[in-house]
Amino acid sequence: MELNHQTLAVINPGHSTKLRIGQKLSLSLVATGLMGQLLFWLNHTLAQALPVLVISITLISLGSLTYTWQLYRHKQPGISNDYQFTNSLTAKGSVAWVLAMMLTVFYIILYWFPQWLGLGADGQANTGLIALYDPLSFALKGKSASQWFVYGSLYTMAIDLLGIKFIWKYRHSRYQVYRTLSIIFFQTCFAFILPEIMQSLNQPYFDLKNLWPLNYYFFFDWHLDGLIKSGLFGYFLLFWGLAGFLVFTPVLTWLYGKRWYCSWVCGCGGLAETAGDTFRHLSDKSQRAWKWERRIIYGVLVFVVVMTLAVITTRLTGFRNLFIIDSGTLAHWYGFLIGAAFSGVVGVGFYPIMGSRVWCRFGCPMAAYLGILQKYKSRFRITTNGGQCISCGNCSTYCEMGIDVKAYAQKGQDILRASCVGCGVCSAVCPRGVLRLENGG
Amino acid sequence: MNILIIGNGIAGSTAAREIRRRSDHDITMVSSESVYPFSRTALMYIYMGHLPFENTKLEADDYWEKQRIRLVKGEVQSVDFAHKRVHLVNRESLSYDKLILATGSVPQTFDWNGLDLDGVQGLYHLDDLTRLETASQRGITRAVIVGGGLIGIELAEMLHSRTIDVTMLVRENSFSNTVLPPEESEMVNAEIRRHHIDLRLETELKEITGENGRVSGVVLTTGEHITCNFVGITAGVRPNVDLLRSTGLAVRQGILIDAFGQITIEDVYAIGDCAELTVATPGRKTIEAVWYTARNMGETVARNICGQSTPYEQGVWFNSAKFFTIEYQVYGSVPVSFGSGVTSLFWQHQDQKKSIRLVYDANGKILGFNLMGIRYRQEVCTKWIEAKTHIEVVLEQLELANFDAEFSECHENELRKIYHQITGKNIHKKAERSLSSVVKFLTSWS
Repeated sequence: MELNHQTLAVINPGHSTKLRIGQKLSLSLVATGLMGQLLFWLNHTLAQALPVLVISITLISLGSLTYTWQLYRHKQPGISNDYQFTNSLTAKGSVAWVLAMMLTVFYIILYWFPQWLGLGADGQANTGLIALYDPLSFALKGKSASQWFVYGSLYTMAIDLLGIKFIWKYRHSRYQVYRTLSIIFFQTCFAFILPEIMQSLNQPYFDLKNLWPLNYYFFFDWHLDGLIKSGLFGYFLLFWGLAGFLVFTPVLTWLYGKRWYCSWVCGCGGLAETAGDTFRHLSDKSQRAWKWERRIIYGVLVFVVVMTLAVITTRLTGFRNLFIIDSGTLAHWYGFLIGAAFSGVVGVGFYPIMGSRVWCRFGCPMAAYLGILQKYKSRFRITTNGGQCISCGNCSTYCEMGIDVKAYAQKGQDILRASCVGCGVCSAVCPRGVLRLENGG
Repeated sequence: MNILIIGNGIAGSTAAREIRRRSDHDITMVSSESVYPFSRTALMYIYMGHLPFENTKLEADDYWEKQRIRLVKGEVQSVDFAHKRVHLVNRESLSYDKLILATGSVPQTFDWNGLDLDGVQGLYHLDDLTRLETASQRGITRAVIVGGGLIGIELAEMLHSRTIDVTMLVRENSFSNTVLPPEESEMVNAEIRRHHIDLRLETELKEITGENGRVSGVVLTTGEHITCNFVGITAGVRPNVDLLRSTGLAVRQGILIDAFGQITIEDVYAIGDCAELTVATPGRKTIEAVWYTARNMGETVARNICGQSTPYEQGVWFNSAKFFTIEYQVYGSVPVSFGSGVTSLFWQHQDQKKSIRLVYDANGKILGFNLMGIRYRQEVCTKWIEAKTHIEVVLEQLELANFDAEFSECHENELRKIYHQITGKNIHKKAERSLSSVVKFLTSWS
């Protein structure tokens, strides 16, 4: 603090729409790191993979962390949503559209044209971006990388780095800090490192927290065969998967609501909460959106149940046409439409335009299942504090699930909605202390 | 029956919604500010870019049509009580069987020179926000805010969010010390300064200076001159009744109303900021210009109009605010000084951002709660106050009131320790912070 004249205030070092020089340098570090990966993608023979990978990841991490530090160090701990509706990135401006387009294209390449990323066909060596991640893949599991390994690495990096940003932003709220640490832990260990290590031990790829019906291929032949071939450990995983769906999920949801999964454990939710936090206010709050949400999400739930029943019937009896259409065709179309197009391309690609939880809100069959449990068999609810609501609209605005929280809060009603993922941000942004997430009721 | 409401703030809007819930009367609501009712208290969030105007509306636009509440945008020119007609500036006129006046407040000004200069304004009306935005776009390099109070500190936060240097002139020797006890008031002073606002206590404005019709600075009563290109006037509000003063209506500061919201003229009611109770409950003010009072009055008037005679009761006082990052909640009676039978038990966090104060009388009866940076549950505090619960019983069960988010640090033990230091009595915690215990408590011994 410095006073430059008796009548002048201390110079205001507060936040601004304009980036300071240090922030620009930090963003340049991130850009340089990404550029390194892009150059390698375009011509992998230019340099060795290992140094490029190490240097680029270091630059991206360093840039991201120093940017975060500079963004929040001058701010008092508390809600910092200034400029969300005026900034081009967060208010659907040109920056947002460009980013959405780039993400969408990346997902399309990832799902349908992995050879463009450099995936070696028929056992040939990888090239391009995938070759860049070979050293990391060899280190973890002794095999070369696939497009999914590259995706997993980038995904984990996004959750970890932007998770740290989220923690810094919400450092005044222990609920937000603990929740984000949990997300980072489950993504890094359960979704990324553990399955890779299991593969290196010749065990099947298995993400312990990815439960059916989100993990729609759980009952597919290749998956079940893979588990059964792995002997005792495989049977344990089979048991884990079934118990996860039939026992853990209902019990934990009864105790804590669907949040135990959606905003503490799940990777899709994890990305939405960290990388997607910047876009959470873009969710559509209209009644119309809510109507479509119910139609689509329960439609997907029916689809996954029908598809899975058909697949199981085929496995057990050989009968392929339980629901008229061939079970293999059903499974194929589910994978294409829901598994790839909806959860990936729309779910993440459209973050900057439709908000961070499009997949979780409209598409995820696990969320649909958890939602039904939460609505009818759970102690979880959000309570309102008497008559303190001033109808300001912060809670509804920052609800990533598009719940019109204010509509309940201003009437003093508890909020008990199937879609609520319990992220706790409505309660955090409330300027009058009106909302509280509760177990018990 | 044809009901006309002037003003669509929280008082008018609540009245309209509650009348509809109870009856089939024709309802018309007039406002010169906006067609659709919105939350006035959210103006600051629009300016800071937290949310768009759309999100501050009380209800979705089609709600009012579905509820058959007619919304009219127009400015009232005069009210003809004798013929039960309201004339608008656009020459339209509206008739009524029952009239509800909910005209709200206007910023309080004094006879300062320069109030009419460009760049001098209050922050109350939607138009004020537009003017502030226009001024900001043009470029405010330095702003002076005249008056402490909630709107003053909110305006400071708004300007601060745009990196504008702000000087705040406060007449008292500490922020809002006519409402907040000294320690809490000092916490707000510190919070204001933490945000690099130039807070000038015991400082008064003499006049505002201008050049070519635009504000150029202010002169203080000490003679000091501060150059600035924006002046915010936030020295409180007063009832918006100028239009009604010459109509024969009983007006003191506000429109005088009886316990049923009715005024001296038959079939006319007044609610919210513009209304003044003829007689207030002991210890309370005749005008309580806050959101919650307006809403409660709106509900009461709706009952009375719909045939359910209900007196307006001031109830257990509560209010809340946010001073930059520090949330504030108050329940019951919290004076600004203690002694003469009223004691307070006060705990403050070392970072000066959190505090809890319990106020009780000589017999140990709990009177009030004052919270900074900590959330307490209104229903629980109100119930203790209404039941005149003993401070020691409150201390035993204090966790029931805690409304902070999960995993938040609990400080209720600190209060029990302080009580022990003062009285030598050991109070043991007897309740857990859980919803089921709260529900049990609220539904038992009433």
